[in-house]
Amino acid sequence: MPLKTDAVGKEWPAVTYEVGREKIREYSYALGLENQVHFDRDAAQAAGFRDVVAPPMFCVVYCAPAMGPAILDPDVGMNFAAMVHGSQEFAWDEPVCSGDAITTTPRCLSIDERDGKGFYVFESTSVNQDGAEVVRGTWTNIVRGVS
Amino acid sequence: MNKGDSVAELKVTPDKYLPHRYAGASGDFNPIHIDPEFAKAVGLPSSILHGLYMMGLVARANTAAAGDDPRALKRLSVQFRGMGAPEQEIAVTGTVKSADGDRVVIDTVATQSDKQVIRNAEAELQL
Repeated sequence: MPLKTDAVGKEWPAVTYEVGREKIREYSYALGLENQVHFDRDAAQAAGFRDVVAPPMFCVVYCAPAMGPAILDPDVGMNFAAMVHGSQEFAWDEPVCSGDAITTTPRCLSIDERDGKGFYVFESTSVNQDGAEVVRGTWTNIVRGVS
Repeated sequence: MNKGDSVAELKVTPDKYLPHRYAGASGDFNPIHIDPEFAKAVGLPSSILHGLYMMGLVARANTAAAGDDPRALKRLSVQFRGMGAPEQEIAVTGTVKSADGDRVVIDTVATQSDKQVIRNAEAELQL
């Protein structure tokens, strides 16, 4: 059965995530970060940020609500039992701080078959409340046994 | 930083309950990360670390290499391979691949028990 590629180019609805100070602290603590700019407003402002600043990989937190519907979409049709998260790239721009509202739009970039595996590539674009891009993500899921 | 320099060294041993804390922090409650019995039932040795947690450690190590300024990490790409386990040391290492003024590219990996769990990773720093 050929790999279903109908979803290539599909965009899913943008989702806005409101960034909060305690969520940044919780995420930073889980990662073992110690830089006070992720915990303390005064330290963050002294370093030139508006408020407590998110570490770069906090992007997975604010992107997740937008990415879920894309990954789970039956139009994409991934077999989750045979799926692994193969690779990931993020390119960051404006820093994200507590109080920001980040809007993420997912899109299916490509679906290809190589060596009997399906490579499903999604792109996410996230902008802040001023329209400035904060991160662009490339999410690659690999599904075994597609042919 | 100059081409060939070793940077971004970090050693972390995630404790038994780290996957629970990371699940709460990230919102990813996939039971393969927090329920050893579920993980074994789907053919895994036990519960495994979140791949994006390990990518987070690679980001942490490379940010630290840039003076711990969260604005410095401009790009990070990784491949996930193998499985990470709690209660075993993860080592992140890196080597400067190229340095062009204040823009530095680092080849970086994360290993656990002598196998790479994050491979072919590349971090771009703005110093």
